[in-house]
Amino acid sequence: MRPFEYVRAETRDDAHRADGRIIAGGTNLLDLMKLQVETPERLLDVTRLDMHEIDEAENSVRIGALVTNSDLAAHPLIRKRYPVLSRALLAGASGQLRNKATTGGNLMQRTRCPYFYDTTQPCNKRAPGTGCQAIGGVNRILAILGTSDHCIATHPSDMAVGMRTLDARVEIETADGDTKLLPLDEFYRLPGDTPERETALEPGDLIVAVHLPDPPAGAQAYRKVRDRSSYAFALVSMGAVVSVENGKIASAAMAFGGLGPRPWRDHDAESVLEGETPSRALFDKAADVLLADAKGQGENDFKIPLTRRVVAAVLSDLTGVSQ
Amino acid sequence: MTEHLKMDEVQPRLLDETTQGAIHRPMPRPEGPLKVSGRATYAAEWKMDNAANGVLVRAAIPKGHYKVDASSVEAMPGFLGVYTDRMPRNAAQGTMNTNPAQIGDEIQYLGQPIAVAVAETFEQARDIAAALKIDYDRDDDVAAGPDTAQQVNEKDDPFDQGDLDRAMADAAHSVDATYTTKGHNSAAMEPHAALAVWDGDKLTVRASLQMLGYNRNELADSLGIDAENLRLLSPYIGGGFGSKLGISPEAIAASVAAKELGRPVRVVMTRNNVFETVVRRTETRQRLRLALDADGKLTGIGQENWQSNLPEEPFAEPVDLATHFLYAGANRRYGQHIAIVNRSAAGSVRAPGEAVGMLALENAMDELAEAAGIDPIDLRVANIPETHPENGKPFSSRSLAECLRQGAEAFGWSARQAPGARREGEWLIGMGVASAARTNILQESKARVTLNPDGTALVETDMTDIGTGTYAILGQIAAEMLGLPPEKVTVELGDTDLPKASGSGGSWGAASAGSAVFLGAKGIRRRLAERLGCTPEDLRLQDGVATGGNNRRPLAELMDAPLSEIGHLETGAKSNDVHQAGYGAHFAEVAVNTVTGEVRVRRMLAAMAAGRILNEQTARSQVWGGQIWGIGTALTEGLDHDPRTGHIVNNDLAEYHVPVNLDVPDLDVIFVEERDDDANPIQAKGIGELGLSGAGAAITNAIYNACGVRVRDYPATPDRIFSHL
Amino acid sequence: MQITLSVNGESHALDIDPRTTLLDALRDHLDLTGSKKGCDHGQCGACTVHVNGRRINSCLALAVMHEGDEVTTIEGLGEPGNLSPLQAAFVRHDGFQCGYCTPGQIMSAKSMLEEFGNGWPSNVTDDLTAAPDFSDAEIKERMSGNLCRCSAYPGICRAIRDAAPDEGMHKTEAAE
Repeated sequence: MRPFEYVRAETRDDAHRADGRIIAGGTNLLDLMKLQVETPERLLDVTRLDMHEIDEAENSVRIGALVTNSDLAAHPLIRKRYPVLSRALLAGASGQLRNKATTGGNLMQRTRCPYFYDTTQPCNKRAPGTGCQAIGGVNRILAILGTSDHCIATHPSDMAVGMRTLDARVEIETADGDTKLLPLDEFYRLPGDTPERETALEPGDLIVAVHLPDPPAGAQAYRKVRDRSSYAFALVSMGAVVSVENGKIASAAMAFGGLGPRPWRDHDAESVLEGETPSRALFDKAADVLLADAKGQGENDFKIPLTRRVVAAVLSDLTGVSQ
Repeated sequence: MTEHLKMDEVQPRLLDETTQGAIHRPMPRPEGPLKVSGRATYAAEWKMDNAANGVLVRAAIPKGHYKVDASSVEAMPGFLGVYTDRMPRNAAQGTMNTNPAQIGDEIQYLGQPIAVAVAETFEQARDIAAALKIDYDRDDDVAAGPDTAQQVNEKDDPFDQGDLDRAMADAAHSVDATYTTKGHNSAAMEPHAALAVWDGDKLTVRASLQMLGYNRNELADSLGIDAENLRLLSPYIGGGFGSKLGISPEAIAASVAAKELGRPVRVVMTRNNVFETVVRRTETRQRLRLALDADGKLTGIGQENWQSNLPEEPFAEPVDLATHFLYAGANRRYGQHIAIVNRSAAGSVRAPGEAVGMLALENAMDELAEAAGIDPIDLRVANIPETHPENGKPFSSRSLAECLRQGAEAFGWSARQAPGARREGEWLIGMGVASAARTNILQESKARVTLNPDGTALVETDMTDIGTGTYAILGQIAAEMLGLPPEKVTVELGDTDLPKASGSGGSWGAASAGSAVFLGAKGIRRRLAERLGCTPEDLRLQDGVATGGNNRRPLAELMDAPLSEIGHLETGAKSNDVHQAGYGAHFAEVAVNTVTGEVRVRRMLAAMAAGRILNEQTARSQVWGGQIWGIGTALTEGLDHDPRTGHIVNNDLAEYHVPVNLDVPDLDVIFVEERDDDANPIQAKGIGELGLSGAGAAITNAIYNACGVRVRDYPATPDRIFSHL
Repeated sequence: MQITLSVNGESHALDIDPRTTLLDALRDHLDLTGSKKGCDHGQCGACTVHVNGRRINSCLALAVMHEGDEVTTIEGLGEPGNLSPLQAAFVRHDGFQCGYCTPGQIMSAKSMLEEFGNGWPSNVTDDLTAAPDFSDAEIKERMSGNLCRCSAYPGICRAIRDAAPDEGMHKTEAAE
């Protein structure tokens, strides 16, 4: 860990410094700083700021950026109205980490790509222009969608998958005091040829909250496939909300973890479902659309058929189709 | 005085005559209160006000030469020094007794320790280690793995016999299958740590080590000093599993730096260091051949293996260790191929040999049973040999059949159905069985036993307790022999100033060090018998009172000063003339998810026969450990090496998946009690590694019984299952 | 940096490098070595302590960020001769072998029981709106952030179940 200046932000203004790195729970940032994957010169500790509340407003819920993952998962409102988010949070990390990790920080989690973590190795995300060692390397856990020749990293968050399913928007306060509300697909960038730029945040920006619109009608589910039964990142995960009316799928939202550089959602795949009678064949068709551009890297080829299976199983559960 | 025994002949079962009742019973560990309250002091934790802190520097290339530029970091805050002198390439192998490879400015794998950066504080040293400028002269001719290795060392096995090809051709039923296992890391929870303090030419090192007698010679040799000048202290060790058998880089680095700086130096490995610089279990490829005749008798067994290691590293995974003696069959063939690679050193990880060799053998036995239409238990029982199938030696106690039968009964084996028959929603349920076997080894050991007039006793030896229960069982043996409640016995371990014992490794510690304690106490009994005026055979000791002849006297009346004896056990003819091993049977019930291929272990039962059980509780915990390592080897654990550099890519506990609590159901253990008279004077055998032998195979055999998928490539992660469903 | 840390009810003035983790502050500066360093990256749980009553990985916390917080370590739970119910149960059930992960397991277990008491759900809870059962699966899932390589998990679970009533685990509350 490089030396840094520690600044305890007492007001939001203190946190808008463009020359500092924000730390809240620190569960990922400190991990990376110890390895010198991250080398901030100044840490802005925002934990004393007033962003710890979950507020119910008309047609939405506003989750303060400092609400911990465990408080969010256990909140009665979330458990009752947004179970896909509770489930996603509870599927991630451990009890200790969820007590420390925050809503804003979790969105900012960085990839678990082993080459990103190893400073002896090339990595376009960590050291732009050095190359992607994961391509042609150990890439079993890495992405099949949204990748580029420069980066095949996945976004590791479960929470973000739950939020993506629910059309969450990130409330960002700029250094000028303006507020932006960005849906997650605008918040997260695809790697392209600049994989080091992961989000739409500008210098001085501060995530202050996440907004959840009223939950869509229908049943919610989160399913995570991983290498051990707990305390492991997803091979593939899926959040879904599906409503069935008069035997037809009225609406469907599906988001995926473990597949891409951001929590993955494909509205075209959802459109395949809407207005149709649920069936295994229909689910496979949706998966075909979802995975049309999927590109395996060898070790992670299995994610393509595994995703198809998970899509079929989750949708079957939510629509009552027997498998 | 010394009570000496060379184990040439069967000894009387004295521990069945004594009446204290201290032994065998499930006694909680005496050091438990210290451990659960955070007061047990591990290597890095000794208070030393002026200690400097060192951090190991890793090689960033897999092959070549290097030179460090200390001037690049000299100005950094807290800088004290950067040292490369005597840096070992990797940890020493178990019982090596000499220095591990020290190869100067050469690099042979990515992650190799090449220097230690020392500063006032840990935070400073860590930053200096990262900032240190290193000039590399890179050699691109890297052997990243067995497939690209240019050198492969072949070993012809002297035990090849008969004609296996012919036996296979003539067999009524046969199996010829290839299995692969990924590498494993011991991943003990305490990272290796050392605190070195020089006083003139005397060096004291507090470290986390399994075998102090060997480690002292290894460290002295590495430093070029006289072993007499070196004292090692390891009273508490945060797990070993083979990783702390030999002296490791942090201890050598701390000693060198402490000498240079003239002050104590502490070096603690990072978790990455542990994965890279301490021995890994090699990956293996194994070809298994089994031939069965029409009567259900094995006529041939073959096990050929391919593995890897660094150049000149004196270790090979003894993959076929148990295969040599477990089952009958006249025609037998083995083979070993070691690829020389630029990967971390391979060495002993819990149950070297059986941990992976028994996966393949016991999977193949399951495949053979199915091919022949024989129950897997019946097939195994029918092929237990009368004598060692290769050298004709008699076996010592061997309760394999009893373990299989009693385990089957307790587990409810008769309820097993055909593959695919038991379904619960998305899950298919199945049962599997596997034999367990682990060669039993005795090692020379000494221990001092002192009985005090106040009815307390002291046991002293350089033996270690790596979590195995040494503190408990040595105290229990002394208490039983001296007729004292166990809480009256204090056990002091882990100090090379104390009499030298076997050390912890190879599952030999309890029986070897335990026998030394037994002998020391036996010597004291002899002297008490003299004082009481009876023969040692007539002496009874219980609750601090001696009875013998017509006399009955409290200990205090028999002695006015402490009585001290050194027990000294040496191996003898019994180690050569009789084939000794522990045996057992593993049972597993698993659920396989038909959508995702995820496997959940629902139940496991181990029936174990390992001679006299010294403490039912600590022995059971050792077996639990074996069963859970079985879950890890079967389902979750595997080192991933980069195909270009050979580097261990998943070098942390986030991506190297040791089982978590939820992976493990409540576990059943039954002990099939026996006495192994040929093994040692306490008739006990090792159990720590026996519990792992075959455990993973029971799980993968259960996977087959659940869903019809044969696992031949380990670990059985979801992707390796669902694609066959 | 000058900071004040409150640990086990005692206030300590420290002059530390801002890079110092809470774990290293406890171990290296306050001689409270009961909290263990197993991985230093939040991947094993050996460093688990309570901050303001909640379990966290102290290796992924900067000491300077916890000024004003109340930190509890294993040393604050009990000592030989006066063990807490959980500590005593771990000894009774052999909920450890080498002992290195043990302080973290116990700190985690204590906090986990409180989370249970507060009705928090887990990944294995069937009905998110009902109070969770005190089942083995619930205990195991909630304890899965604490690795034990000696593999004492069965003993750990038995110890937790045994000690739960004495640790004051009251009946769980359903979510609103």
